[in-house]
Amino acid sequence: MADTVYKGTGRLSRLIIRRDRIRIPIWLIGISFFTLIVPGAFTELYSSQEQRDVMAQTMENPAMVAMVGPVDISNYTLGVMTAHQMVLLTAVVVGLMSILLVTRHTRGDEENGQTEMVRSLPVGRLSTLNATLLVNTLTNILLALIIGLGLFSLNIESMDLEGSLLYGATLGATGIVFAGVTAVFAQLSESARGTIGFSIAFLLIAYIVRGIGDVSNEALSWVSPLGWVVQTEIYGANNWWPILLMLGFSILLFMVANYLNSIRDLEAGLLPAKPGRKNASAFLQSPIGLAFRLQRTGIISWAVGMYVLGVSYGSILGDIDSFFEGNDMMKQMFVTEAGYSVTEQFVSMIMMVIAIIATIPPVMAMNKLYAEEKKGRLSHLLARAVSRTRLMVSFFVIAAINAFVMVSLASIGLWNAAVATMDDPFRFGSMYQMGIVYYPAMLVMIGVAVLLIGISRKLTSFIWLYVFYSFIVLYMGALFQFPEWVGKLTPFGHIPQLPMDELTWMPMVLLTGIAAILTVIGVIGYNRRDIEG
Amino acid sequence: MSVLQVSNLTKRFGKFTALDGVNLEVHEGEVFGFIGPNGAGKSTTIRVLLGILKATSGEATIFGKDAWSDAVEIHKRIAYVPGDVNLWPNLTGGEVIDLFVKLRGGNNISKREELIERFDLDPTKKCRTYSKGNRQKVALIAAFSSDADLYILDEPTSGLDPLMEQVFQQCVFEAKQAGKSVLLSSHILSEVEKLCDRVGIIRQGKMIETGSLKELRHLTRTNFLVETKETIADLDGLSGVHDIEERDGALSFQVDTEDLDAVIKHVSRFGIVKFESSPPTLEDLFMRHYEEKEQTETGAGGNS
Repeated sequence: MADTVYKGTGRLSRLIIRRDRIRIPIWLIGISFFTLIVPGAFTELYSSQEQRDVMAQTMENPAMVAMVGPVDISNYTLGVMTAHQMVLLTAVVVGLMSILLVTRHTRGDEENGQTEMVRSLPVGRLSTLNATLLVNTLTNILLALIIGLGLFSLNIESMDLEGSLLYGATLGATGIVFAGVTAVFAQLSESARGTIGFSIAFLLIAYIVRGIGDVSNEALSWVSPLGWVVQTEIYGANNWWPILLMLGFSILLFMVANYLNSIRDLEAGLLPAKPGRKNASAFLQSPIGLAFRLQRTGIISWAVGMYVLGVSYGSILGDIDSFFEGNDMMKQMFVTEAGYSVTEQFVSMIMMVIAIIATIPPVMAMNKLYAEEKKGRLSHLLARAVSRTRLMVSFFVIAAINAFVMVSLASIGLWNAAVATMDDPFRFGSMYQMGIVYYPAMLVMIGVAVLLIGISRKLTSFIWLYVFYSFIVLYMGALFQFPEWVGKLTPFGHIPQLPMDELTWMPMVLLTGIAAILTVIGVIGYNRRDIEG
Repeated sequence: MSVLQVSNLTKRFGKFTALDGVNLEVHEGEVFGFIGPNGAGKSTTIRVLLGILKATSGEATIFGKDAWSDAVEIHKRIAYVPGDVNLWPNLTGGEVIDLFVKLRGGNNISKREELIERFDLDPTKKCRTYSKGNRQKVALIAAFSSDADLYILDEPTSGLDPLMEQVFQQCVFEAKQAGKSVLLSSHILSEVEKLCDRVGIIRQGKMIETGSLKELRHLTRTNFLVETKETIADLDGLSGVHDIEERDGALSFQVDTEDLDAVIKHVSRFGIVKFESSPPTLEDLFMRHYEEKEQTETGAGGNS
């Protein structure tokens, strides 16, 4: 019995490790790196207990509790602070890692037909699933050890060995839970895309349910696996039982996934796929309709995300003044001009960050044109009566609208939350204006993307370096005191920062003009080069 | 009148020469078979014709217009089916067909429905669930439901079952009846033999043979299976006789067309019991070009 079902699990595990020998280390290094640099940064930012207590009070408002979990302000040591602010969000990232890795080797391989090849060999029916779960569990155990020992080795007084190990174990256990969740959805859904979609939806719902529970009703938090994460009270009470709860839940999920896998056919999903449309809607029957349709889900998700981002920044606006009290480093970062309130300057800075983040979805929308080329689908369009100009402009229009929607939604979200938390909130018009002034700069970024796709397709991904550069230079610029020209190398550096700067139209007009020129050159280039597929 | 004309077409990708002076012509109302081994340059030629790749040198025109600069104008009158159809996984087959037909311009709904029926496709399924054959059907339905003057088909039947292949052949036949022209690239030689008026063979980026099947056959050999009362003497001494093999007491061999007369006169002197001849198949023709290539290669290897 075991032979027919599990045979070859070990070999398949080695195959998975071989295929992911770069992917897994990148996840582990990335998560560990960001976890391990935080305590050091906090030591510098909040060197005295008074500063940490101020921070703890800031953290006590419902918006922050909903975001990172409840806090024990009586004992806000460096360790407690690190765990409180970091562990939940890191757990979400670890969950995401498990979702992507498990989907890739279960439903992903099945969809690509690789599982079929493997199953034709003397290999057990459940071996692929269990090899995937085995490798993922080992990965998460490794992560737990790296983080636990790593945090302890930082040698910070309030971070003892037990708490550090618990920190690691919390993250590892979350990863294993979401491996189980994904393994179950991989049996239910018929596609890799569906599996990722359901699993991420589960992750978000778990996060939201915990948020609502932590704010209003503790019993509700118990329903969510992420609610268990915050119950560990790392470096404080050091509760280990949530870890046991998570592991028990994981074993249950693994068993369910195994059972579901054993009762279904290869490549079938247990949730029936409903038949789609027989005819294309009038909207779809053009390149621009297609460009939108292909990205619809992504655009909607980003739109929701941008609104939530605005709301979460907005929710702390009421406490800004007390937050900056006695924190010189934060002050240096955000507060540079006299004559304006701390809140105004903070919002101005935040708007720039929001604008750069809101640039990501439109640039992705533009790069989709190149992604389609690489997948060999453009020849369907170009072999019909569609000119390259029309094709590229269609994607450009979608990207430009996308940029407008993203920055608008984030500004609106910021304003909505600001109204709820501030005593003397901004007027809608002035706040919206602070965000929308960045639109010309976003258009320039899209223009650069068009240029890269049009001229040299190999350089397409360099746009991300430029976005990243803009972010670093402008976000960290005040802190590192870069010379002025460093900031002027990005279009965002030319946008007036309202309300401190005057609203001048010249840079806006110039930036829009530059965006137009870049786009035209890109389109001309695109008309001249070979198309890959 | 020629619908499609390629003269001295060269395409290089960096140092690699994919096409080396290709000449090709498709006349109005004819089905032209474009054959050659994998990697010979068939798809590259077609992609230049579609204005997706830019020729390094040489000329490619369709309907007298330049394939690169007048691409959109040309595409209003052609229909194209690639050999490896990649579709958007989250769109249904029906949506993709409509999109394709619309992008070309014009709409022929009754024909679309008829073809969906004939090719037996479920248009409500998402493309990600389609097998290779079904994806191929989507492209074929989109192509044949549009009212094109020239059909460019690049290995269009890969993955289709024999029944569907017949439907496809009918579609090509109907297009030909309606006076349309077809450029059909294929490895399936029986298909080419059945459908095509003229054939061009490409190898390593060069056209090595073009002409009607009849003309090409003239260049090749006829197969014989002969049983005689007496053993045929000196057969291998005759010029134009190849591949002599003994099979159950009979001899099978091939004869060059120009030596037929002499060989048959010679053979008939030994008292014929059984005499079978078959015309050369396209496969023979194709294989002959292959063999020549291999011989030259091994020859070169032997000398070194």
